[in-house]
Amino acid sequence: MIEFEDVTKQYPDGTVAVDTLSLRIPSNEITVFVGPSGCGKTTSLRMINRTIERTSGRISIDGEDINSKDAVALRRGIGYVIQHAGLFPHKTVVDNIATVPKLLGWDKRRARTTAMELLERVGLDVKLAERYPAQLSGGQQQRVGVARALAADPPIMLMDEPFSAVDPIVRNQLQEELLRLQRDIGKTIVFVTHDIDEAIKLGDNVAILRVGGKLAQLAPPSELLANPVDDFVRDFVGRDRGYRALTFVHPDELPVKPLPAELVLDDAGAPVGWRTDHEVQPVNAVYKQGDSLRAALDAVLTSPNGWGVCIDANGRAVGIVDQVIVAEALRS
Amino acid sequence: MTWIGDNLGLIWEQLREHLYLAILPVILGLLISVPLGYVATRFSWLANPLIAFGGVLYSLPSIALFIVLPAILGTKVLSTVNIVVALTIYTVSLLIRNVIDGLRSVPAEVRQSAVAVGYGSLHRLVAIDLPIAVPVIFAGLRVVTVANISMVSVGAVIGIGGLGELFTLGFQKDFLTPVVVGVALSLLLALVADLILVGLQRVLTPWARVIHTPPVEVA
Repeated sequence: MIEFEDVTKQYPDGTVAVDTLSLRIPSNEITVFVGPSGCGKTTSLRMINRTIERTSGRISIDGEDINSKDAVALRRGIGYVIQHAGLFPHKTVVDNIATVPKLLGWDKRRARTTAMELLERVGLDVKLAERYPAQLSGGQQQRVGVARALAADPPIMLMDEPFSAVDPIVRNQLQEELLRLQRDIGKTIVFVTHDIDEAIKLGDNVAILRVGGKLAQLAPPSELLANPVDDFVRDFVGRDRGYRALTFVHPDELPVKPLPAELVLDDAGAPVGWRTDHEVQPVNAVYKQGDSLRAALDAVLTSPNGWGVCIDANGRAVGIVDQVIVAEALRS
Repeated sequence: MTWIGDNLGLIWEQLREHLYLAILPVILGLLISVPLGYVATRFSWLANPLIAFGGVLYSLPSIALFIVLPAILGTKVLSTVNIVVALTIYTVSLLIRNVIDGLRSVPAEVRQSAVAVGYGSLHRLVAIDLPIAVPVIFAGLRVVTVANISMVSVGAVIGIGGLGELFTLGFQKDFLTPVVVGVALSLLLALVADLILVGLQRVLTPWARVIHTPPVEVA
Protein backbone atom coordinates (compact mmCIF):
# COMPACT_ATOMS: atom_id res chain seq x y z
CA MET A 1 0.00 0.00 0.00
CA ILE A 2 1.18 3.49 -0.87
CA GLU A 3 -0.02 6.13 1.53
CA PHE A 4 -0.10 9.92 1.13
CA GLU A 5 -0.50 11.85 4.38
CA ASP A 6 -1.08 15.61 4.11
CA VAL A 7 1.29 15.81 1.15
CA THR A 8 1.87 19.29 -0.25
CA LYS A 9 4.00 20.44 -3.15
CA GLN A 10 4.63 24.15 -3.37
CA TYR A 11 7.00 25.57 -5.97
CA PRO A 12 9.42 28.42 -5.14
CA ASP A 13 7.18 30.88 -7.03
CA GLY A 14 4.37 30.08 -4.62
CA THR A 15 2.28 27.85 -6.91
CA VAL A 16 0.68 25.04 -4.98
CA ALA A 17 0.56 21.98 -7.24
CA VAL A 18 -0.65 19.52 -4.61
CA ASP A 19 -2.46 20.62 -1.47
CA THR A 20 -2.51 18.48 1.71
CA LEU A 21 -3.31 15.34 -0.26
CA SER A 22 -4.14 12.28 1.81
CA LEU A 23 -5.05 8.99 0.19
CA ARG A 24 -4.32 5.29 0.22
CA ILE A 25 -3.36 3.35 -2.87
CA PRO A 26 -4.14 -0.33 -2.30
CA SER A 27 -1.62 -2.98 -3.33
CA ASN A 28 -2.04 -5.19 -6.41
CA GLU A 29 -4.69 -2.94 -7.95
CA ILE A 30 -4.79 -0.16 -10.53
CA THR A 31 -5.41 3.26 -9.03
CA VAL A 32 -5.97 6.05 -11.53
CA PHE A 33 -5.30 9.74 -10.83
CA VAL A 34 -7.52 11.78 -13.11
CA GLY A 35 -8.42 15.43 -13.34
CA PRO A 36 -8.18 18.56 -15.46
CA SER A 37 -4.75 20.02 -16.26
CA GLY A 38 -3.28 21.78 -13.25
CA CYS A 39 -4.81 19.34 -10.77
CA GLY A 40 -1.40 18.01 -9.72
CA LYS A 41 -1.96 14.43 -10.86
CA THR A 42 1.45 14.05 -12.53
CA THR A 43 3.17 15.88 -9.67
CA SER A 44 1.54 13.50 -7.20
CA LEU A 45 2.69 10.49 -9.24
CA ARG A 46 6.25 11.75 -9.54
CA MET A 47 6.51 12.40 -5.83
CA ILE A 48 6.19 8.64 -5.32
CA ASN A 49 9.57 7.91 -6.96
CA ARG A 50 10.96 11.25 -5.79
CA THR A 51 11.61 12.62 -9.25
CA ILE A 52 9.72 15.51 -7.67
CA GLU A 53 10.38 16.11 -3.98
CA ARG A 54 7.38 17.04 -1.86
CA THR A 55 7.41 20.19 0.29
CA SER A 56 5.70 18.67 3.31
CA GLY A 57 3.73 15.65 4.44
CA ARG A 58 4.63 11.98 4.30
CA ILE A 59 4.55 9.34 1.59
CA SER A 60 5.10 5.74 2.61
CA ILE A 61 5.24 2.41 0.81
CA ASP A 62 4.08 -0.49 2.99
CA GLY A 63 4.54 1.72 6.02
CA GLU A 64 8.10 2.74 5.19
CA ASP A 65 8.79 6.42 4.50
CA ILE A 66 10.11 6.80 0.92
CA ASN A 67 12.77 9.18 2.23
CA SER A 68 14.26 6.47 4.42
CA LYS A 69 16.34 5.23 1.52
CA ASP A 70 18.44 6.68 -1.26
CA ALA A 71 16.36 8.11 -4.14
CA VAL A 72 18.28 6.20 -6.83
CA ALA A 73 17.74 2.88 -5.01
CA LEU A 74 14.05 3.72 -4.51
CA ARG A 75 13.61 4.40 -8.25
CA ARG A 76 15.21 1.12 -9.30
CA GLY A 77 12.49 -0.63 -7.32
CA ILE A 78 9.62 1.21 -9.00
CA GLY A 79 8.67 0.76 -12.64
CA TYR A 80 8.01 3.92 -14.62
CA VAL A 81 6.26 4.45 -17.96
CA ILE A 82 5.68 7.85 -19.57
CA GLN A 83 4.05 9.41 -22.59
CA HIS A 84 6.12 8.81 -25.77
CA ALA A 85 7.76 5.95 -23.79
CA GLY A 86 11.02 7.88 -23.31
CA LEU A 87 13.06 4.98 -24.67
CA PHE A 88 16.82 5.45 -24.96
CA PRO A 89 17.29 6.10 -28.70
CA HIS A 90 20.87 4.81 -28.77
CA LYS A 91 20.05 1.43 -27.24
CA THR A 92 18.38 -1.51 -28.93
CA VAL A 93 14.97 -2.69 -27.80
CA VAL A 94 16.40 -5.55 -25.75
CA ASP A 95 18.99 -3.27 -24.11
CA ASN A 96 16.29 -0.73 -23.29
CA ILE A 97 14.25 -3.41 -21.55
CA ALA A 98 17.31 -4.73 -19.69
CA THR A 99 18.19 -1.27 -18.33
CA VAL A 100 17.14 -1.71 -14.71
CA PRO A 101 18.41 -5.30 -14.33
CA LYS A 102 21.80 -4.07 -15.57
CA LEU A 103 21.73 -1.12 -13.17
CA LEU A 104 21.00 -3.61 -10.41
CA GLY A 105 24.08 -5.60 -11.42
CA TRP A 106 22.43 -8.74 -12.80
CA ASP A 107 24.71 -10.76 -15.01
CA LYS A 108 24.33 -10.02 -18.70
CA ARG A 109 22.81 -13.29 -19.75
CA ARG A 110 20.11 -13.21 -17.09
CA ALA A 111 19.27 -9.59 -17.92
CA ARG A 112 18.97 -10.44 -21.57
CA THR A 113 16.89 -13.58 -21.06
CA THR A 114 14.50 -11.65 -18.84
CA ALA A 115 14.27 -8.88 -21.42
CA MET A 116 13.44 -11.33 -24.20
CA GLU A 117 10.72 -12.93 -22.09
CA LEU A 118 9.19 -9.54 -21.38
CA LEU A 119 9.27 -8.61 -25.04
CA GLU A 120 6.97 -11.54 -25.75
CA ARG A 121 4.91 -10.87 -22.69
CA VAL A 122 3.95 -7.38 -23.88
CA GLY A 123 2.94 -8.83 -27.23
CA LEU A 124 5.95 -7.97 -29.39
CA ASP A 125 7.78 -10.20 -31.85
CA VAL A 126 11.23 -11.23 -30.58
CA LYS A 127 12.53 -10.26 -34.01
CA LEU A 128 12.25 -6.64 -32.86
CA ALA A 129 14.85 -7.20 -30.11
CA GLU A 130 17.81 -5.79 -32.03
CA ARG A 131 15.94 -2.83 -33.52
CA TYR A 132 16.35 0.73 -32.31
CA PRO A 133 13.36 2.66 -30.92
CA ALA A 134 13.21 4.89 -34.02
CA GLN A 135 12.34 1.79 -36.05
CA LEU A 136 9.22 1.06 -34.01
CA SER A 137 5.71 2.51 -34.20
CA GLY A 138 4.38 4.59 -31.32
CA GLY A 139 2.34 1.67 -30.02
CA GLN A 140 5.31 -0.70 -30.17
CA GLN A 141 7.52 1.83 -28.38
CA GLN A 142 4.95 2.12 -25.62
CA ARG A 143 4.91 -1.68 -25.20
CA VAL A 144 8.70 -1.64 -24.90
CA GLY A 145 8.26 1.11 -22.29
CA VAL A 146 5.99 -1.16 -20.27
CA ALA A 147 8.43 -4.07 -20.64
CA ARG A 148 11.29 -1.87 -19.44
CA ALA A 149 9.27 -0.85 -16.40
CA LEU A 150 8.57 -4.49 -15.54
CA ALA A 151 12.05 -5.90 -16.21
CA ALA A 152 13.28 -6.06 -12.62
CA ASP A 153 9.84 -7.21 -11.44
CA PRO A 154 9.14 -4.21 -9.19
CA PRO A 155 6.04 -4.42 -7.00
CA ILE A 156 4.96 -0.93 -8.05
CA MET A 157 4.55 0.57 -11.51
CA LEU A 158 3.92 4.28 -12.16
CA MET A 159 2.34 5.18 -15.49
CA ASP A 160 2.16 8.84 -16.53
CA GLU A 161 -0.32 9.30 -19.40
CA PRO A 162 1.34 6.37 -21.17
CA PHE A 163 -1.26 5.92 -23.90
CA SER A 164 -2.27 9.49 -24.66
CA ALA A 165 0.06 9.99 -27.62
CA VAL A 166 -1.08 7.01 -29.69
CA ASP A 167 -4.11 6.82 -31.96
CA PRO A 168 -7.44 5.66 -30.49
CA ILE A 169 -7.39 2.16 -31.98
CA VAL A 170 -3.89 1.40 -30.70
CA ARG A 171 -4.75 3.04 -27.38
CA ASN A 172 -7.66 0.70 -27.00
CA GLN A 173 -5.43 -2.32 -27.69
CA LEU A 174 -2.83 -1.12 -25.21
CA GLN A 175 -5.49 -0.61 -22.55
CA GLU A 176 -6.90 -4.10 -23.09
CA GLU A 177 -3.43 -5.58 -22.89
CA LEU A 178 -2.58 -3.70 -19.73
CA LEU A 179 -5.67 -5.19 -18.11
CA ARG A 180 -4.77 -8.66 -19.37
CA LEU A 181 -1.17 -8.25 -18.15
CA GLN A 182 -2.35 -6.97 -14.79
CA ARG A 183 -4.48 -10.09 -14.29
CA ASP A 184 -1.23 -12.10 -14.47
CA ILE A 185 1.16 -9.86 -12.61
CA GLY A 186 -1.03 -8.10 -10.03
CA LYS A 187 1.22 -5.06 -9.60
CA THR A 188 0.37 -1.98 -7.61
CA ILE A 189 -0.18 0.38 -10.51
CA VAL A 190 -0.64 4.13 -10.24
CA PHE A 191 -1.89 5.48 -13.56
CA VAL A 192 -2.28 9.14 -14.51
CA THR A 193 -4.63 10.30 -17.25
CA HIS A 194 -6.77 13.30 -18.15
CA ASP A 195 -9.26 11.02 -19.87
CA ILE A 196 -12.13 9.99 -17.59
CA ASP A 197 -13.14 7.15 -19.93
CA GLU A 198 -9.65 5.68 -19.68
CA ALA A 199 -9.79 6.08 -15.89
CA ILE A 200 -13.10 4.26 -15.66
CA LYS A 201 -11.98 1.51 -17.99
CA LEU A 202 -8.67 0.77 -16.28
CA GLY A 203 -9.07 1.75 -12.66
CA ASP A 204 -9.98 -0.51 -9.77
CA ASN A 205 -10.03 2.82 -7.96
CA VAL A 206 -10.20 6.29 -9.43
CA ALA A 207 -8.98 9.41 -7.63
CA ILE A 208 -10.46 12.56 -9.10
CA LEU A 209 -8.34 15.62 -8.37
CA ARG A 210 -9.42 19.22 -8.77
CA VAL A 211 -7.32 22.18 -9.89
CA GLY A 212 -4.98 23.24 -7.09
CA GLY A 213 -4.16 19.68 -6.13
CA LYS A 214 -7.07 18.71 -3.90
CA LEU A 215 -8.65 15.28 -3.84
CA ALA A 216 -12.30 15.45 -4.86
CA GLN A 217 -13.23 11.78 -4.62
CA LEU A 218 -11.51 8.40 -4.49
CA ALA A 219 -13.74 5.45 -5.25
CA PRO A 220 -14.21 2.46 -7.54
CA PRO A 221 -15.54 3.63 -10.94
CA SER A 222 -19.05 2.23 -10.45
CA GLU A 223 -19.34 4.13 -7.17
CA LEU A 224 -18.03 7.31 -8.80
CA LEU A 225 -20.65 7.13 -11.53
CA ALA A 226 -23.49 6.22 -9.19
CA ASN A 227 -22.70 8.56 -6.29
CA PRO A 228 -20.55 11.53 -7.25
CA VAL A 229 -19.81 13.52 -4.07
CA ASP A 230 -20.31 16.98 -5.56
CA ASP A 231 -20.97 19.00 -8.71
CA PHE A 232 -17.31 19.01 -9.73
CA VAL A 233 -17.15 15.21 -9.82
CA ARG A 234 -20.60 15.01 -11.44
CA ASP A 235 -19.48 17.38 -14.21
CA PHE A 236 -16.16 15.68 -14.61
CA VAL A 237 -17.54 12.18 -15.03
CA GLY A 238 -19.86 13.69 -17.62
CA ARG A 239 -23.47 14.07 -18.55
CA ASP A 240 -23.86 10.57 -19.90
CA ARG A 241 -22.61 8.96 -16.72
CA GLY A 242 -25.86 6.98 -16.50
CA TYR A 243 -25.05 5.42 -19.84
CA ARG A 244 -21.42 4.83 -18.84
CA ALA A 245 -22.54 3.21 -15.61
CA LEU A 246 -24.03 0.46 -17.77
CA THR A 247 -20.43 -0.71 -18.27
CA PHE A 248 -20.68 -2.16 -14.79
CA VAL A 249 -24.07 -3.85 -15.29
CA HIS A 250 -23.67 -7.41 -16.45
CA PRO A 251 -27.05 -9.01 -17.00
CA ASP A 252 -26.59 -12.67 -16.19
CA GLU A 253 -28.37 -13.85 -19.26
CA LEU A 254 -29.86 -11.40 -21.69
CA PRO A 255 -32.65 -13.33 -23.48
CA VAL A 256 -31.89 -13.48 -27.19
CA LYS A 257 -34.17 -14.02 -30.15
CA PRO A 258 -33.32 -16.63 -32.76
CA LEU A 259 -31.27 -15.53 -35.76
CA PRO A 260 -33.50 -14.00 -38.47
CA ALA A 261 -33.15 -15.05 -42.09
CA GLU A 262 -31.84 -11.61 -43.11
CA LEU A 263 -28.62 -12.15 -41.16
CA VAL A 264 -25.82 -13.31 -43.45
CA LEU A 265 -23.30 -15.64 -41.83
CA ASP A 266 -19.97 -16.87 -43.09
CA ASP A 267 -18.94 -20.55 -43.11
CA ALA A 268 -17.78 -20.37 -39.50
CA GLY A 269 -21.09 -18.92 -38.37
CA ALA A 270 -19.77 -15.39 -37.76
CA PRO A 271 -22.15 -12.53 -38.64
CA VAL A 272 -21.27 -10.74 -41.89
CA GLY A 273 -24.15 -8.43 -42.71
CA TRP A 274 -27.85 -7.76 -43.06
CA ARG A 275 -29.49 -8.64 -46.39
CA THR A 276 -31.84 -5.99 -47.76
CA ASP A 277 -33.57 -5.82 -51.15
CA HIS A 278 -30.53 -4.46 -52.95
CA GLU A 279 -27.45 -5.07 -50.86
CA VAL A 280 -25.86 -6.52 -47.75
CA GLN A 281 -25.34 -3.91 -45.04
CA PRO A 282 -22.45 -4.53 -42.68
CA VAL A 283 -23.12 -5.60 -39.12
CA ASN A 284 -21.64 -2.60 -37.34
CA ALA A 285 -21.47 -3.81 -33.80
CA VAL A 286 -21.77 -7.10 -32.02
CA TYR A 287 -21.54 -7.96 -28.36
CA LYS A 288 -20.19 -11.05 -26.70
CA GLN A 289 -22.17 -13.23 -24.35
CA GLY A 290 -21.39 -12.01 -20.85
CA ASP A 291 -20.52 -8.46 -21.98
CA SER A 292 -21.88 -5.46 -20.12
CA LEU A 293 -25.30 -4.01 -20.80
CA ARG A 294 -23.49 -1.03 -22.32
CA ALA A 295 -22.03 -3.26 -25.03
CA ALA A 296 -25.45 -4.77 -25.77
CA LEU A 297 -27.13 -1.37 -25.94
CA ASP A 298 -24.33 -0.08 -28.13
CA ALA A 299 -24.79 -3.00 -30.53
CA VAL A 300 -28.48 -2.18 -30.80
CA LEU A 301 -27.94 1.54 -31.28
CA THR A 302 -25.31 1.19 -34.01
CA SER A 303 -27.03 -1.59 -35.93
CA PRO A 304 -28.54 -0.49 -39.27
CA ASN A 305 -31.87 -2.14 -38.43
CA GLY A 306 -32.00 -1.95 -34.64
CA TRP A 307 -31.02 -5.55 -34.06
CA GLY A 308 -27.82 -6.17 -32.11
CA VAL A 309 -26.07 -9.46 -32.79
CA CYS A 310 -24.91 -11.57 -29.88
CA ILE A 311 -21.85 -13.74 -30.50
CA ASP A 312 -20.25 -16.48 -28.43
CA ALA A 313 -16.62 -16.77 -27.40
CA ASN A 314 -15.76 -18.26 -30.80
CA GLY A 315 -17.31 -15.37 -32.71
CA ARG A 316 -20.36 -17.37 -33.88
CA ALA A 317 -23.70 -15.58 -33.93
CA VAL A 318 -26.04 -17.09 -31.35
CA GLY A 319 -28.97 -14.69 -31.38
CA ILE A 320 -30.13 -11.11 -31.60
CA VAL A 321 -31.41 -8.50 -29.16
CA ASP A 322 -33.57 -5.44 -29.81
CA GLN A 323 -34.48 -2.27 -27.89
CA VAL A 324 -37.27 -4.04 -26.04
CA ILE A 325 -34.98 -6.69 -24.62
CA VAL A 326 -32.37 -4.13 -23.54
CA ALA A 327 -35.00 -1.82 -22.07
CA GLU A 328 -36.42 -4.76 -20.14
CA ALA A 329 -33.00 -5.51 -18.69
CA LEU A 330 -32.56 -1.82 -17.80
CA ARG A 331 -35.82 -1.78 -15.88
CA SER A 332 -34.87 -4.70 -13.67
CA MET B 1 60.89 16.72 -57.88
CA THR B 2 64.49 16.04 -56.87
CA TRP B 3 63.91 18.42 -53.96
CA ILE B 4 61.17 16.17 -52.68
CA GLY B 5 63.36 13.10 -53.03
CA ASP B 6 66.22 14.80 -51.22
CA ASN B 7 64.06 16.12 -48.39
CA LEU B 8 61.74 13.21 -47.62
CA GLY B 9 63.10 13.07 -44.09
CA LEU B 10 62.34 16.75 -43.48
CA ILE B 11 58.86 16.51 -45.02
CA TRP B 12 58.03 13.44 -42.92
CA GLU B 13 59.29 15.20 -39.79
CA GLN B 14 57.15 18.30 -40.46
CA LEU B 15 54.12 16.19 -41.26
CA ARG B 16 54.40 14.39 -37.95
CA GLU B 17 54.87 17.64 -36.07
CA HIS B 18 51.90 19.13 -37.89
CA LEU B 19 49.69 16.21 -36.97
CA TYR B 20 50.79 16.30 -33.35
CA LEU B 21 50.28 20.08 -33.05
CA ALA B 22 46.82 19.90 -34.60
CA ILE B 23 45.38 16.78 -32.97
CA LEU B 24 46.67 17.01 -29.40
CA PRO B 25 44.70 20.28 -28.87
CA VAL B 26 41.55 18.59 -30.22
CA ILE B 27 41.87 15.84 -27.62
CA LEU B 28 42.70 18.25 -24.80
CA GLY B 29 39.92 20.60 -25.89
CA LEU B 30 37.40 17.76 -25.88
CA LEU B 31 38.50 16.69 -22.40
CA ILE B 32 37.97 20.25 -21.17
CA SER B 33 34.75 21.00 -23.08
CA VAL B 34 32.77 17.97 -21.92
CA PRO B 35 32.95 18.65 -18.17
CA LEU B 36 32.54 22.37 -18.82
CA GLY B 37 29.49 21.76 -21.00
CA TYR B 38 28.05 19.37 -18.42
CA VAL B 39 28.40 22.00 -15.70
CA ALA B 40 26.74 24.51 -18.03
CA THR B 41 23.71 22.27 -18.55
CA ARG B 42 23.35 21.70 -14.82
CA PHE B 43 23.57 25.42 -14.06
CA SER B 44 21.77 26.69 -17.12
CA TRP B 45 22.51 30.36 -16.42
CA LEU B 46 26.14 29.55 -17.24
CA ALA B 47 25.47 28.23 -20.73
CA ASN B 48 24.92 31.41 -22.72
CA PRO B 49 27.76 33.41 -21.12
CA LEU B 50 30.09 30.45 -21.78
CA ILE B 51 29.07 30.22 -25.42
CA ALA B 52 29.47 34.00 -25.83
CA PHE B 53 32.89 33.90 -24.14
CA GLY B 54 33.89 31.09 -26.49
CA GLY B 55 32.93 33.29 -29.43
CA VAL B 56 35.12 36.12 -28.14
CA LEU B 57 38.08 33.79 -27.58
CA TYR B 58 37.76 32.40 -31.08
CA SER B 59 37.91 35.87 -32.56
CA LEU B 60 41.39 36.50 -31.05
CA PRO B 61 43.94 36.54 -33.91
CA SER B 62 46.05 33.39 -33.72
CA ILE B 63 49.28 35.25 -34.39
CA ALA B 64 48.68 37.51 -31.40
CA LEU B 65 47.96 34.49 -29.20
CA PHE B 66 51.11 32.66 -30.35
CA ILE B 67 53.19 35.72 -29.44
CA VAL B 68 51.48 36.67 -26.16
CA LEU B 69 51.27 33.15 -24.70
CA PRO B 70 55.00 32.72 -23.88
CA ALA B 71 54.81 35.82 -21.70
CA ILE B 72 51.72 34.50 -19.89
CA LEU B 73 52.83 30.87 -19.60
CA GLY B 74 56.49 31.60 -19.00
CA THR B 75 57.42 29.25 -21.86
CA LYS B 76 60.16 29.78 -24.43
CA VAL B 77 59.03 31.55 -27.61
CA LEU B 78 60.03 28.50 -29.63
CA SER B 79 58.21 26.00 -27.41
CA THR B 80 55.54 23.81 -29.00
CA VAL B 81 53.54 24.27 -25.79
CA ASN B 82 52.50 27.71 -27.03
CA ILE B 83 50.91 26.28 -30.15
CA VAL B 84 49.23 23.46 -28.25
CA VAL B 85 47.79 25.84 -25.65
CA ALA B 86 46.62 28.35 -28.24
CA LEU B 87 44.88 25.73 -30.36
CA THR B 88 43.37 24.12 -27.26
CA ILE B 89 41.82 27.48 -26.43
CA TYR B 90 40.36 27.68 -29.93
CA THR B 91 39.11 24.11 -29.71
CA VAL B 92 37.34 24.73 -26.41
CA SER B 93 35.88 28.00 -27.62
CA LEU B 94 34.26 26.25 -30.60
CA LEU B 95 33.48 22.91 -29.04
CA ILE B 96 31.79 24.23 -25.90
CA ARG B 97 28.79 25.27 -27.98
CA ASN B 98 28.46 21.83 -29.55
CA VAL B 99 28.80 20.06 -26.23
CA ILE B 100 26.10 22.25 -24.68
CA ASP B 101 23.82 21.92 -27.72
CA GLY B 102 24.47 18.19 -27.83
CA LEU B 103 23.58 17.66 -24.20
CA ARG B 104 20.50 19.82 -24.69
CA SER B 105 19.49 17.66 -27.67
CA VAL B 106 18.63 14.81 -25.30
CA PRO B 107 14.81 14.71 -25.41
CA ALA B 108 13.11 15.70 -22.14
CA GLU B 109 11.26 12.37 -21.87
CA VAL B 110 14.51 10.44 -22.33
CA ARG B 111 16.18 12.40 -19.55
CA GLN B 112 13.11 12.02 -17.37
CA SER B 113 12.96 8.26 -17.82
CA ALA B 114 16.72 7.94 -17.26
CA VAL B 115 16.29 9.61 -13.88
CA ALA B 116 13.20 7.57 -13.08
CA VAL B 117 14.74 4.17 -13.83
CA GLY B 118 17.53 5.01 -11.41
CA TYR B 119 20.59 6.44 -13.15
CA GLY B 120 22.71 8.60 -10.87
CA SER B 121 23.70 11.92 -12.46
CA LEU B 122 27.27 11.08 -13.55
CA HIS B 123 26.25 7.63 -14.71
CA ARG B 124 23.48 9.23 -16.76
CA LEU B 125 25.97 11.62 -18.40
CA VAL B 126 28.22 8.76 -19.52
CA ALA B 127 25.60 6.15 -20.40
CA ILE B 128 22.75 8.26 -21.80
CA ASP B 129 23.46 11.96 -22.41
CA LEU B 130 26.90 11.83 -24.05
CA PRO B 131 26.12 8.96 -26.45
CA ILE B 132 22.99 10.80 -27.59
CA ALA B 133 25.02 14.02 -27.96
CA VAL B 134 27.66 12.34 -30.15
CA PRO B 135 26.30 13.51 -33.54
CA VAL B 136 26.20 17.17 -32.42
CA ILE B 137 29.59 16.99 -30.67
CA PHE B 138 31.16 15.31 -33.71
CA ALA B 139 29.88 18.06 -35.99
CA GLY B 140 31.98 20.45 -33.86
CA LEU B 141 34.95 18.09 -33.70
CA ARG B 142 35.12 17.91 -37.49
CA VAL B 143 35.14 21.70 -37.77
CA VAL B 144 37.83 22.24 -35.12
CA THR B 145 40.02 19.44 -36.43
CA VAL B 146 40.14 20.90 -39.93
CA ALA B 147 40.52 24.44 -38.53
CA ASN B 148 43.41 23.34 -36.32
CA ILE B 149 45.18 21.61 -39.19
CA SER B 150 45.06 24.82 -41.18
CA MET B 151 45.97 27.01 -38.19
CA VAL B 152 49.13 25.09 -37.24
CA SER B 153 50.82 26.53 -40.34
CA VAL B 154 50.46 30.03 -38.92
CA GLY B 155 52.86 28.96 -36.20
CA ALA B 156 55.59 28.92 -38.83
CA VAL B 157 55.76 32.70 -38.41
CA ILE B 158 57.15 32.16 -34.92
CA GLY B 159 59.21 29.21 -36.00
CA ILE B 160 57.11 26.15 -35.15
CA GLY B 161 54.51 25.28 -37.69
CA GLY B 162 54.75 21.75 -38.99
CA LEU B 163 54.09 21.85 -42.72
CA GLY B 164 53.90 25.67 -42.44
CA GLU B 165 57.66 25.67 -42.14
CA LEU B 166 57.83 24.37 -45.69
CA PHE B 167 56.07 27.60 -46.74
CA THR B 168 58.68 29.71 -44.94
CA LEU B 169 61.41 27.67 -46.56
CA GLY B 170 59.94 28.10 -50.01
CA PHE B 171 59.42 31.85 -49.63
CA GLN B 172 62.91 32.41 -48.26
CA LYS B 173 64.52 30.56 -51.17
CA ASP B 174 61.97 31.86 -53.69
CA PHE B 175 61.33 28.24 -54.61
CA LEU B 176 57.82 26.93 -55.18
CA THR B 177 58.13 23.16 -54.63
CA PRO B 178 58.16 23.15 -50.77
CA VAL B 179 55.14 25.47 -50.76
CA VAL B 180 53.18 23.18 -53.08
CA VAL B 181 54.17 20.13 -51.03
CA GLY B 182 53.11 21.91 -47.82
CA VAL B 183 49.74 22.93 -49.20
CA ALA B 184 49.05 19.50 -50.69
CA LEU B 185 49.95 17.65 -47.51
CA SER B 186 47.90 20.04 -45.34
CA LEU B 187 44.88 19.42 -47.52
CA LEU B 188 45.47 15.68 -47.50
CA LEU B 189 45.86 15.68 -43.73
CA ALA B 190 42.61 17.60 -43.28
CA LEU B 191 40.79 15.25 -45.61
CA VAL B 192 42.07 12.09 -43.95
CA ALA B 193 41.38 13.42 -40.45
CA ASP B 194 37.83 14.31 -41.45
CA LEU B 195 37.26 10.87 -42.97
CA ILE B 196 38.52 9.20 -39.81
CA LEU B 197 36.13 11.29 -37.71
CA VAL B 198 33.21 10.45 -39.99
CA GLY B 199 34.09 6.77 -39.70
CA LEU B 200 34.44 6.99 -35.93
CA GLN B 201 31.06 8.67 -35.66
CA ARG B 202 29.43 5.94 -37.72
CA VAL B 203 30.89 3.32 -35.43
CA LEU B 204 29.75 5.19 -32.32
CA THR B 205 26.21 5.90 -33.53
CA PRO B 206 24.76 2.87 -35.31
CA TRP B 207 21.37 4.00 -33.99
CA ALA B 208 21.49 7.36 -35.76
CA ARG B 209 21.49 5.90 -39.25
CA VAL B 210 18.91 3.16 -38.94
CA ILE B 211 16.63 2.91 -41.89
CA HIS B 212 13.24 4.12 -40.83
CA THR B 213 11.36 1.06 -41.93
CA PRO B 214 7.66 1.83 -41.95
CA PRO B 215 6.57 0.47 -38.59
CA VAL B 216 3.82 -2.12 -38.64
CA GLU B 217 1.20 -1.90 -35.94
CA VAL B 218 0.57 -5.38 -34.59
CA ALA B 219 -2.33 -6.29 -32.40
